[in-house]
Amino acid sequence: MPTDEDDAQAQRRITIARRFIEAIPHAQVMGMTLTEIGDGEAEIAMPYDARFVGDPETGVIHGGAVSTLMDTCGGAAVMSHPAAPHGTATMDLRIDYMRAATPGQRITARAVCYHVTRSVAFVRATATDEDTDNPVATATGAFTVEGGPS
Amino acid sequence: MKAPEPVQVVKERRDRTLQSLIDGVPYIQFLGIRFDRRGDELTAILPYDDKLIGNPMLPALHGGVTAAFLETAAIIELSWAMIWEDMESGGNVDLAPRRLPKTIDFTIDYLRSGLPRDAYARARVNRSGRRYASVHVEAWQDNRARMFAQATAHFLMPAREG
Repeated sequence: MPTDEDDAQAQRRITIARRFIEAIPHAQVMGMTLTEIGDGEAEIAMPYDARFVGDPETGVIHGGAVSTLMDTCGGAAVMSHPAAPHGTATMDLRIDYMRAATPGQRITARAVCYHVTRSVAFVRATATDEDTDNPVATATGAFTVEGGPS
Repeated sequence: MKAPEPVQVVKERRDRTLQSLIDGVPYIQFLGIRFDRRGDELTAILPYDDKLIGNPMLPALHGGVTAAFLETAAIIELSWAMIWEDMESGGNVDLAPRRLPKTIDFTIDYLRSGLPRDAYARARVNRSGRRYASVHVEAWQDNRARMFAQATAHFLMPAREG
């Protein structure tokens, strides 16, 4: 059963993870907002922005912008995991692009850190636009675990 | 026999064609990516900028920026390889915005953290078929021999007219 102390620790961990993500300069430049975080899961939204367009013919967002969103969200999921790494970096990331994101719509990524060892955190992520039933992209990645729990 | 074209005419045509691939893409301008050309060899350049930072404590480039840089290097290399023959045969290459290859999947391997310096990347088209292409990209910073990231990507080729 969770004790008050466990709850306090979880709150502290989530606050640290939130600060970690909100301090990323490039995530700020891209207008990303952390919409949910907790226990190895995170959700980050990115608004549609004409500066992120990769195909001027269609107005579709560049795959690289989606990669950045997925990578950021994966890192947030790792930071919020109960194993509480003190920091993390991406080791590898594979992204599958299922379809073009609809121009004009915000993109939301959800990441789950589903397993953590002393050295590695494993992550799955999905990105959707406003049609949440049909993912725009999915990703899997391995992240480093910096400095174990004290 | 026809005299060979003056070198400046050839260079001007190649540079104009390359620039037409890049100019129209807002995200390439947003990241500040440029391309250096030597003959048919392209080197993508990502000049350092504070806005590209992911970890302000180290500091290090955002992993997503590195991924976007490598994906851009791969797409431009593949598009460049697709139009090279037409361009070199002296025919006028249509400089209007053209259909770009679509990324199917992209796998990136981060070998060391991206330093707050300029980054460079070169892509190699390992397979280019009628429908699919496979491209490998290597990126480095101060030392060519010390890659900081590499990636492999598959692309769906745009349908050809005619």
